[in-house]
Amino acid sequence: MKTFPAFALLLASLAGHAETPQQIGAIYAAEAATQQAGFTPSARRGETLFRQRFAHNDKMPACTSCHTDSPLNAGQHVVTGKTIRPLAVAANGERFSDPAKVEKWFGRNCREVVGRACTPAEKADFVAYMTEVR
Amino acid sequence: MKRLVLPLLLGVALPALADHLPMPASAPASYTTECGSCHLAYPPALLAARDWQRLMTGLGDHFGSDAAVDPKKEAEISNFLQRHAGNAVKLGDAGNPPRISTTPRFIRKHREVPAKLWRDPRVKSAANCEACHRGAADGRYSEHDIAMPNIGK
Repeated sequence: MKTFPAFALLLASLAGHAETPQQIGAIYAAEAATQQAGFTPSARRGETLFRQRFAHNDKMPACTSCHTDSPLNAGQHVVTGKTIRPLAVAANGERFSDPAKVEKWFGRNCREVVGRACTPAEKADFVAYMTEVR
Repeated sequence: MKRLVLPLLLGVALPALADHLPMPASAPASYTTECGSCHLAYPPALLAARDWQRLMTGLGDHFGSDAAVDPKKEAEISNFLQRHAGNAVKLGDAGNPPRISTTPRFIRKHREVPAKLWRDPRVKSAANCEACHRGAADGRYSEHDIAMPNIGK
């Protein structure tokens, strides 16, 4: 059972399936529930994570370093200066629609900014926040 | 007289050609998705083949970031970049780790850019071609396509 959410994500990515942010959030939430009974995603916790200063990386101490204080805004890569389209689904309909892409960026950014892999619960919360924020 | 026309025309056209660096049609999708997410997917002609090779073997520490990709994509991207790489002699030494902005050609081409402009928050880095070269994503680097951010505004 524990492998199911990861397996579902893998299948979805192999098929190159476009998913909705809700479906992607549900996959992470199901995975989190196997580790923590009764888990439900929280946009508020997701926002806290988004604003947290991890200070693991001098140049990128927090998500907000590149994505600005509002996920509704376009951001700017703190090193290269490249424009980053908004994270919030309300401002950028392409966000959280490709499971493989979502996993890739959680993988890369959590390692680089948080300093460790994010948990399924954190991912579910983060997706909830980005889906709901207006 | 007639014989003069062609060399004259070539003389006018060639410098312009050098500023047009379109993405080769054979560019793998992975080049844009992997490399082009954090910075512009640079035209391969801006570095020599040996420098692309060196860069691609060190993606785990890519100027301080972990930009590692899976081995299949790494090979695909590296082959593409090396196949369409620029002329090592014309570009000059890119240093180690190789940087496009360290090549003598890049430095020469940008010698008129004031230091203050490089520091502008809208520019931030020499990696940010699009800050001034508005057509960079389409390979347009000509002087006619430059729009520098207004300093002090």
